[in-house]
Amino acid sequence: MYVIKYRKFWFVLSGLLMALSAFGIFKYGFNLSIDFKGGTITEVRYEGDLSAQAGRMDKAVVEENIEKLSASWRIGGFSVRPSESDRYIIRTKELSIEESAKLIEAIGNPGVERSNTIGPIAGGELQSKAVKAILVVVIMIVLFVTFAFRKVSLPVSSWKYGFATIIALVHDVVIPTGIFVFLGHISGLEIDLLFVTGLLAILGYSVHDTIVVFDRVRENLRINSDRNQNEEFDITVGKSVQQTFGRSINTSLTIFITLFALYLFGSSATHDFALLLMIGVIVGTYSSIFVASPLLVTFQKLQKK
Amino acid sequence: MRKYVIWSVVLIVAFGLIAFFFLKPGSKPFKFGLDLVGGTELIYKADTENVSNIGDAMQSLKGVIERRVNVFGVSEPLVQTESAGIISGNKDERLIVELPGVTDIEEAIRLIGLTPVLEFRLAKKNTAEILKTNPDATPQELFDSTGLTGRFLSKARVNFEQSTGAALVGLDFNTEGAELFAKVTREHKGEVLGIFLDGQVLSAPVIQDEIANGQAQITGSFTPEEAKSLVRDLNYGALPVPISFLASKTIGATLGEEALNSGLRAGVIGFIALALFLIFWYRLPGLVATIALISYIILSLSIFKLIPVTLTAAGLAGFILSIGMAVDANVLIFERTKEELKKGKSIHESLHEGFHRAWFSIRDSNIASIITAVILFWLGTSAVKGFALTLGLGVLISMFTAISVSRTFLFSIARESKGEVAESKFKRFLFSNGFHVRN
Repeated sequence: MYVIKYRKFWFVLSGLLMALSAFGIFKYGFNLSIDFKGGTITEVRYEGDLSAQAGRMDKAVVEENIEKLSASWRIGGFSVRPSESDRYIIRTKELSIEESAKLIEAIGNPGVERSNTIGPIAGGELQSKAVKAILVVVIMIVLFVTFAFRKVSLPVSSWKYGFATIIALVHDVVIPTGIFVFLGHISGLEIDLLFVTGLLAILGYSVHDTIVVFDRVRENLRINSDRNQNEEFDITVGKSVQQTFGRSINTSLTIFITLFALYLFGSSATHDFALLLMIGVIVGTYSSIFVASPLLVTFQKLQKK
Repeated sequence: MRKYVIWSVVLIVAFGLIAFFFLKPGSKPFKFGLDLVGGTELIYKADTENVSNIGDAMQSLKGVIERRVNVFGVSEPLVQTESAGIISGNKDERLIVELPGVTDIEEAIRLIGLTPVLEFRLAKKNTAEILKTNPDATPQELFDSTGLTGRFLSKARVNFEQSTGAALVGLDFNTEGAELFAKVTREHKGEVLGIFLDGQVLSAPVIQDEIANGQAQITGSFTPEEAKSLVRDLNYGALPVPISFLASKTIGATLGEEALNSGLRAGVIGFIALALFLIFWYRLPGLVATIALISYIILSLSIFKLIPVTLTAAGLAGFILSIGMAVDANVLIFERTKEELKKGKSIHESLHEGFHRAWFSIRDSNIASIITAVILFWLGTSAVKGFALTLGLGVLISMFTAISVSRTFLFSIARESKGEVAESKFKRFLFSNGFHVRN
């Protein structure tokens, strides 16, 4: 099976992607949303099209007007981003209700479609909670995989199935994060609470796929021992990957179909979320076939030495 | 195999009835989150540092805020407390107020920040005339302020009327308050004195005589519990615990509606695309999987209504995702069945093996998804909780529909072949899948 035979190639490929992602994360940093750092986000809608001449307010004018406010209070850094054809999304530091009202007045009293204020303390707290949640999910899943495969001990002990799963999971967190950091750098995509939610969903999904392959390895090992067959471990794993290849692809495809519908037709609130999940499903499926399973073989070879 | 046919009929009827009772127009509506209907969410931190009984104080805080929100006339407001600790993951006690349909956040915050006011107001002389011209006149328009408020209270307590045993609220004014109260009762004998809490009339007794001892009683029709909670609120002063603003969120009604409509559209399109894929790829079993998927959707939506699950934009996304995941078990089973068919087994036997062998990987992989959903629920702000709940429930429900429902249908179609009757190529084709048509 080529997946096992050329495993070094897949390892290098995954390693490169992960290194690139890590590099991107260090270089650009996270473009955190107000969920995690606090602040106010206001989406305003002007009557009529922004590109039309009448009734519109130019982005530059909006920015200028907000700038003028700094005379009366320290508004700090802010950003104005057009959205749809008639809206702007304005990000500022955390605004009080009065400040928010002043801001709306300063830019010509457009309708407020959405406003969201999060205090810096709440944001910081959520940040640590998110990191904790990811760690807890990874640990729980690894413990579960180790438990589920506890009866399999030959030729690789069950915690090694768990360990291979961890590496696949880290892979599945790092690469989508790297892609999002990169997208954040070029198009202003933000890391928000839904992003973390998406990452966790990816973790749950990726392990789902990994278990399907491992379960087949487990079954094939049992069949071999029942028949007193002495098969090389890498052959068994390769056979298992091959046997489950179709279903791994198809289960991912069904999810991908619904996610793609969500991405194309769903609400703008879940647009980036759907994108993240689509990336996650691809990366997660790849990792369970091309990373987790070959790793089992590598562990077994290391053990033999 | 008649058993399976009967069960298939039972299932179809059961799901038809569920769909009829729970999903027909006019039945209990879905509960939508603020991001889909528009509204305001306010989150406060409660400062419980100097409070001995935190649970009690938070309960009282919730009661006070609920009363104020109700005065605001919001339909279905939701006031929740979230305690600190490992379970919630919060460092502090929180108060969450959801006001559907309210987009004037300034007004909402002002209202919640108000201290509850106990007021004594005198009825205007011309109440009858006012009511004639304006039947909707508010109590404020019918009563004049006396300047006597809860600020002048020294203590409130629960009393019981000796003859009837009814609960009363006894008030002790401080010196200044006692003087003011004496003056009001002396000068307005025979008039109606309204006792107001947060602008609502508690009781409106007629002043019989001057009260000089600085004591008063409110004889609303209280239950002992109500009297107790009012006394607690009055004694705690403004709010039982000070609160400070943590976060707010407002979503306009149109934006919410757009989010809801596009979420529904995505769900429908996703479902149709998925059904087409299943039927083209898995043929007859694919059709059965599609029916199982429909029963999954009926069952989930009914359960969402029953619990009820608050559907948010993220919750809808979770549900749409779960539609994709619900057929996972079917895919695993059918792929396994195909393998067995290829080995030359009969259709019935292959299906049997398919269900049996796929079960372990279905079970183990779904447990992993449930672990994730539980932790997501823990992480949750309301948006994430919605996602976690729909996803977690989805996994559980789909295990039932994808396995039991499709099993029943498939076995009622694929009878056990008696003897050596060869199955027609066509029938084997129907049960096979993918590109490997020839055996």
